[in-house]
Amino acid sequence: MTLNEQDHFALFGLPRSFVLDAGVLDAAWKRVAMTVHPDRFATASAVEKRVAMQWSARANEAYRILRDPLSRARYLCESAGVDLQTETNTSMSADFLMQQMQWHEQLDDIRDSGDVKDCAAFAAELSDALTVTTATVQQLLEAKQYSEAAARIREWMFLDKIITQVRAFEPT
Amino acid sequence: MALLQISEPGESPAPHQRRLAVGIDLGTTHSLVAAVRSSVAEVLPDEHGHYLVASALYVDADQASHVGQAALSHQVAHPLDTLVSIKRLMGRSYEDALASGMPYQFLPDAQSVKIHTSHADLSPVEVAAQILQKLKVLAEGTLGDALVGAVITVPAYFDDAQRQATRDAARLAGLNVLRLLNEPTAAAIAYGLDHGSEGVYAVYDLGGGTFDMSLLRLSRGVFEVIATGGDTALGGDDFDALIVEDALRTLGLDNISHAERRSLLSAARRLREALSDTPTADTIHTEHTQPISQPGACIALSLSRAQFEVLAQPLIDQTLACARRALKDANLLVSDIKGVVMVGGATRMPIVRAAVHTFFGSTPLTDLDPDQVVALGAALQANLLAGNRHPGEDWLLLDVTPLTLGMETMGGLVEHIIPRNSTIPVARAQEFTTFKDGQTALAIHVVQGERDLVSDCRSLARFELRGIPPMVAGAARIRVTFQVDADGLLSVTAREIASGVEASVTVKPSYGLSDEDVARMLTEGMAQADHDAQMRMLREQQVDAAQLIESVQAALSADADLLTAAEQTRIEQQLQATQRSATGDDVEAIRLAIKALSTATDDFAAKRMDRSIRAALTGRSLDDVG
Repeated sequence: MTLNEQDHFALFGLPRSFVLDAGVLDAAWKRVAMTVHPDRFATASAVEKRVAMQWSARANEAYRILRDPLSRARYLCESAGVDLQTETNTSMSADFLMQQMQWHEQLDDIRDSGDVKDCAAFAAELSDALTVTTATVQQLLEAKQYSEAAARIREWMFLDKIITQVRAFEPT
Repeated sequence: MALLQISEPGESPAPHQRRLAVGIDLGTTHSLVAAVRSSVAEVLPDEHGHYLVASALYVDADQASHVGQAALSHQVAHPLDTLVSIKRLMGRSYEDALASGMPYQFLPDAQSVKIHTSHADLSPVEVAAQILQKLKVLAEGTLGDALVGAVITVPAYFDDAQRQATRDAARLAGLNVLRLLNEPTAAAIAYGLDHGSEGVYAVYDLGGGTFDMSLLRLSRGVFEVIATGGDTALGGDDFDALIVEDALRTLGLDNISHAERRSLLSAARRLREALSDTPTADTIHTEHTQPISQPGACIALSLSRAQFEVLAQPLIDQTLACARRALKDANLLVSDIKGVVMVGGATRMPIVRAAVHTFFGSTPLTDLDPDQVVALGAALQANLLAGNRHPGEDWLLLDVTPLTLGMETMGGLVEHIIPRNSTIPVARAQEFTTFKDGQTALAIHVVQGERDLVSDCRSLARFELRGIPPMVAGAARIRVTFQVDADGLLSVTAREIASGVEASVTVKPSYGLSDEDVARMLTEGMAQADHDAQMRMLREQQVDAAQLIESVQAALSADADLLTAAEQTRIEQQLQATQRSATGDDVEAIRLAIKALSTATDDFAAKRMDRSIRAALTGRSLDDVG
């Protein structure tokens, strides 16, 4: 097994897969941290500590990316050579564009009315949409259909953003 | 002087020798030093048998420094010369000091601020260094040997400037800082190792001048901080101030002298502490000993617990607001928290305990002394880092950076690079570009804080990347890398990708010995020493040289394949040069030869370390730990 710069799965000794148990990832991260953390080299020279720190930062970054399903999906696409083109590619299916506009309007309405029930209903609707999108992305990634997956992931990113906006609006 | 040795990663150079390291809680009101002895962490008492050393300094007319109780004895007579709560000024500017409301006389200074007293002008770093010095002497005297280092605690919410100032103070005191450790994490270690139970815990740390709330998960031997929040200007001192303000309002007094205010604050503290301890009597009279306004007139401070709690409620609410934000950041509910640890003397207040109990829905954990728990945790960490690890004693801290780090972009906006609560060490890079045709330099302004405008954040550093090849606006690609190490300290590098032009701002100590200083001290030392002492100094350098030469030779025989032929030749040449100088009697020449050999083998050491880590990550079995 080689440990190249960008292979987050290999660093943790995990197979490349969208499906990833949170507990398994957590255990792998902590096992790697125990090996590379600078505290394990407190009596070493400055140069050695710097190397440990670089490995440690890398392990923390890999964990951050793999832990969140959306960033994990993006990573699987990008490391398969498919650029998500999130900056330049704003084309989406007509259906999804309509859905986007509708959701934007719903969010504006809720902001204006402040109706708690409407807000909860909207959050639930978005949550259902998220479940469907996540399942679709999983299927596409398992089938190694990265380009198609990339399109769904762009939709997922939009969903993620609007869910965050709704959550910020919800009373704690 | 540190010897740069290429040792086997993970092993201490002298595995059978116990290396003495201590934990130091450098608090706003009190400081403590603790060490692990016979596998138990203990706070070391001072010459009077006291565990808590007052964080106070007084410099007298003979330029002699008094730390602790000896300093406090001057505070009524010389309130502006008795320096207390100086932690509030660590890493702060002259403007911050003026706005702090502290009564001292401040002077602007190139790096930070100086406090003017009758007999000395001191920076907050110098004050802290004196306190640390006292603790160092105390520890070495009690433990009977020199320290290899110390773990020093800081509030989790301390920003980069405050942390650097703390590290500088330690260096100035002659302490090797093994690690800066966040106070709530230190407390969690003390409790976690004591109880050994896994789960998510909250640490509510209300000290003399600072408040921290941290959420940690203990599992599989790892203490992982999930989120942290707090206020570096909220502590027991503020509760005392409320009592004094209330008394002055009631009495219609608004203009009192510094001596009177100091005396009242002292009395207010005693009153507040008495109200914590006395459940039955609820009114305490405290006599103010100096006359106010008219000769002979004294103020008696009296307050019932109920009255105090009305005054204190807004401050308590502020702490709970921090707690709410930390929970939100961590994406946790109160019901997810297994237990709450109370840290800091101010948590003895019944109103605090009640509020925490209500908020978290469980009785707070208080079995470890809240004044000592931070120092105890720091001692446990220090012991581990010094290399005194027993089999089975294996744990690790994964802390987070408490504040978002970012960079200024066009229009005074902040581009967030590393969000708060990111696990450290962390490194993140972002690309920027030029905005004018032919632009050859880029100004980098590093800030810390959650807001979107630069003016609302704390400025950490400014530097410039120069020498960018002239291009059309927007064509240059400048990669800016932010890196936070395990101590929570930041370094920033900017690199223009096409040309490779680079600039950086790294943590540079404002105090500490430069190479020239060390050389000069050595030469002066030799000149002044008698013959025996001179021979000893020579012998020490020769022993150091021999040890380094031996390690380099061992490294070459194990991993020479990592080097090119040219690199190996260069190292061997330096090896021979060092061997030759070690046979001579020029102490300075040997010291320089040792340094040259260390530098020549830096890259080799890095490659060996990298190889060793890769081997450990790919080859290890699941139960092979450490």
